[in-house]
Amino acid sequence: MRITQHPILTFNRGKEIHFTFNGQPMTGYEGETIAAALHAAGVKVLAKSLEKHRPRGFYCAIGNCASCQMVVDGEPNVRTCITLLREGMTVETQEGKGKIK
Amino acid sequence: MKEVELLIIGSGPAGLCAAISAASSGARVLILERSFRPGGQLIKQTHMFFGSEAQYASHRGVDIADILLDKVRALGDRIEIMLNTTAVAFYEDNVVTALKDEKEYFKIKAKSIVCATGAFEKSLAFPNNDLPGIYGAGAVQTLMNVYGVKPGDRVLMVGAGNIGVIVSYQLMQAGIQVVAVLDAAPRIGAYLVHASKLARMGVPILTSHTVKEAIGTDCIEAAVVCEVDEKFQPIPGTETRYDVDVLCISVGLSPLNELLAMRGVEMKYVPQLSGSVPMRTETCETCIPGVFVAGDASGIEEASSAMVEGYLAGLCAAAKLGHVPEDFEARKQDYLKQLEDLRSGPVGDRIRAGMKLTQL
Repeated sequence: MRITQHPILTFNRGKEIHFTFNGQPMTGYEGETIAAALHAAGVKVLAKSLEKHRPRGFYCAIGNCASCQMVVDGEPNVRTCITLLREGMTVETQEGKGKIK
Repeated sequence: MKEVELLIIGSGPAGLCAAISAASSGARVLILERSFRPGGQLIKQTHMFFGSEAQYASHRGVDIADILLDKVRALGDRIEIMLNTTAVAFYEDNVVTALKDEKEYFKIKAKSIVCATGAFEKSLAFPNNDLPGIYGAGAVQTLMNVYGVKPGDRVLMVGAGNIGVIVSYQLMQAGIQVVAVLDAAPRIGAYLVHASKLARMGVPILTSHTVKEAIGTDCIEAAVVCEVDEKFQPIPGTETRYDVDVLCISVGLSPLNELLAMRGVEMKYVPQLSGSVPMRTETCETCIPGVFVAGDASGIEEASSAMVEGYLAGLCAAAKLGHVPEDFEARKQDYLKQLEDLRSGPVGDRIRAGMKLTQL
């Protein structure tokens, strides 16, 4: 799902970053957001809605809409569309409001 | 409490230009930017801008961001940019509170403020519009042009305004199939030069069409599209199904300016400017002296006018603080003239009508 050839842009991807999604090992690149790395790996469902547990993906990708909130390193409600990947991050699908520890 | 001379909220085209303008006059500027990189939405715009030389016409948005950031750097320590910092409140005593890195909460007291907070993408109501794979057109632009990630393989674009049509073309540049562009309006809203590019590549642009529903379980798998009559009501029997894994919504933007409303700035709902906007003078000052607004936060237009408004607001905000350059009046008139030119002609009808309603 990554663009390799583009008539205008060149994508200089940084070094590989390793993280987990629901326990599965994943790889992204330095300088990209959690949501972008997940999308590149084919993961589009990021959370489940509060009441009806419907699947949620991102919508705005610039931190406005709260549709992309996930549990990151145990912390719920992290806006993954504007949060950069870090080595060793644990990322999990968020169910509803999540629990603050 | 952090004390600053001029606080600018937002580092998009309006915020950066306001900072450049004010700091060139001698003001000390602090910019708050909630993202981890400055430039606002310019950083994903790969198309060349229209307008005139003064607004960097025939440069790509992404390059304009670099030009503006070079100008900011050239002004040295007169401009400080705090990234990952969200302005969360704006109080009556002109104190702004901000949250840095999602944990450090602090107060800022500014003598003058330019609110350049931009806009957000509207959504559209139809059954299953919350399925993953249904994204704002700007979100898709960010994903593919900033991160180089494909949103999917087959895209249906809703909205034939400039953003919808430009993003459709950019999707094709990234090797993604656009099955159709539709718009409930009876005419294409985008500039014809953009729409023609799509037409030449064989993408149908369906006017008087809307989305009836999205279909899918975990993600969107298809969309049902139908024709609408002159009152925008669906016409039974006209349904067509498109198997797509992405549906882009490009039905306009709303100004983001809750901070100004919170501060008590007089606001007005102006449909021509796409939402609730602050009343202001011709030099972008709101009813509260020293509180300015620029760019999409003051009403939805284009990046070109956002930049000019930024230059104007920055110039006038700095002047009120005592930093009056020798050519103040000439520059002010030049910016006003540039705005008038950008809003001229039939395309600017709506904007001009909206502007009249917001003048203090």
